[in-house]
Amino acid sequence: MRNRYSAGNLLGAALGGHKDWAPAWRDAEPKPRYDVIVIGGGGHGLATAYYLAKNHGITNVAVIEAGWIGGGNTGRNTTVVRSNYLYAESARLYDFSVQRYESLSKDLNFNVMFSQRGIITLAHSRHDLDAQERWTNAMLCNGIDAEMLTARQVQECEPRLDISSRARYPILGGFTQRRAGSARHDAVAWGYARAASALGVDIVQRCSVQDFIKQDGRVIGVKTNRGEIRADRVAMAVAGHSSVLANLAGFALPVTSYALQAMVSEPVKPVLKAVTLSPALGAYWSQSDKGEVVIGGALDHFPSYAQRGSFAVNQQVIAATVEAFPSLGRLRMLRHWAGIVDVVQDSSPIIGATPIPGLYINCGWGTGGFKAIPVGGWTLAHVLATGQNHELAEPFQLSRFHTGRLIDEAAASGIAH
Amino acid sequence: MMQLQCPWCGRRPENEFHCGGTTAIVRPPIDCSDEVWGNYLFFRKNPKGLHAERWRHTFGCGQWFNIVRDTVTHEVGAVYGITEAQPRAVDP
Repeated sequence: MRNRYSAGNLLGAALGGHKDWAPAWRDAEPKPRYDVIVIGGGGHGLATAYYLAKNHGITNVAVIEAGWIGGGNTGRNTTVVRSNYLYAESARLYDFSVQRYESLSKDLNFNVMFSQRGIITLAHSRHDLDAQERWTNAMLCNGIDAEMLTARQVQECEPRLDISSRARYPILGGFTQRRAGSARHDAVAWGYARAASALGVDIVQRCSVQDFIKQDGRVIGVKTNRGEIRADRVAMAVAGHSSVLANLAGFALPVTSYALQAMVSEPVKPVLKAVTLSPALGAYWSQSDKGEVVIGGALDHFPSYAQRGSFAVNQQVIAATVEAFPSLGRLRMLRHWAGIVDVVQDSSPIIGATPIPGLYINCGWGTGGFKAIPVGGWTLAHVLATGQNHELAEPFQLSRFHTGRLIDEAAASGIAH
Repeated sequence: MMQLQCPWCGRRPENEFHCGGTTAIVRPPIDCSDEVWGNYLFFRKNPKGLHAERWRHTFGCGQWFNIVRDTVTHEVGAVYGITEAQPRAVDP
């Protein structure tokens, strides 16, 4: 059976009618005991398992997923990867992630189709321009590429934008991070799953956590619909459902769950070159390699666990699209979905120990978890393996909500919420 | 579009309203510990199911009121005044 994806193997397999490819990963039965259980088979959970095995040699690991891998927010986002954050702590964290994305296809031997087409954040007012000058300077000080653009340069980057003075919110300029881009969401989940599985990790689907097993206050395993599974350490990477699991475990989180919706049009020939974001209009756009125009917007305005978006936000996002790209006005929409995102007050993640011994968490990415999959997995694996926080994750502890040392990136999430 | 029952204006579309989040959070005394103050500011139950929350009819009468809403189905089980206690039996 062929496991490795390469041009040679592809040619060789073609001669045999592609009948000898091995399955990409094992759909495992749960064993009664593991060194580490990771709850949540999205990008972050799968990456955690992969880095536990690859960086720390811990391979007796299970990823348990209530549905199917990559079926939650990993499959419900708009696949933008960027590190255009304001504060040094965030810049280090997210740029580490962008760097991992740059080598991810090679690392995983799976083409995640990372395309560094650049992201443009539009400025529609003098205030926007001033704020973006500051933002750009902060990024440059943090060693991250950033560049202010004039309105003419914005148009060169994205010719279909309406930069005329007739626009309701005229475009005065913007700034770009050219190393930003997008990747294929399924490929990231499948690539990590395949690479983790190859190192011995069990990927258990349709396995939902019903309760935690505790001994002397310490978590020693989970009760699931497929029986009890025990482990030395348990980690959870379940995004919008973090509060539900935390409640089962017996601690509270500074998280509120909201629906974040996005949509794609019917596929068309290449019309958009970059990822464009307009904080003022509350929407952002890119085009997938399949040709669909991918459109995202702001959060729905009220707490929700329903994986569907509200019409109020949908209407506003579509209106913004027609406003910014008049030539896309007659596109028909193909699909529309929502993911439940875990929003915290400072729009920064929580990666590390919980108040319950033996239980670790990766959550709080809010609307921007996809870009952070590699670093979320890397740093969670580090604390699980060593008991010490990774230096990148040190500022992102749950304790900051009591010390007051917040890392307020609400503005850098780009969309008002 | 979801519609909400404003106690003063009747059923109106959701984009006339602003959701103010969990209602009836009691502020601790100012000399409380950092732990208690942090919990008050940031930590929320965030239930999957019934949630007592406050809304304002911003683009209408401008008044605040409370509702009990299911965060999965978005069904509203009770609408009550901003200073009133949450009705006990709520069957959304």
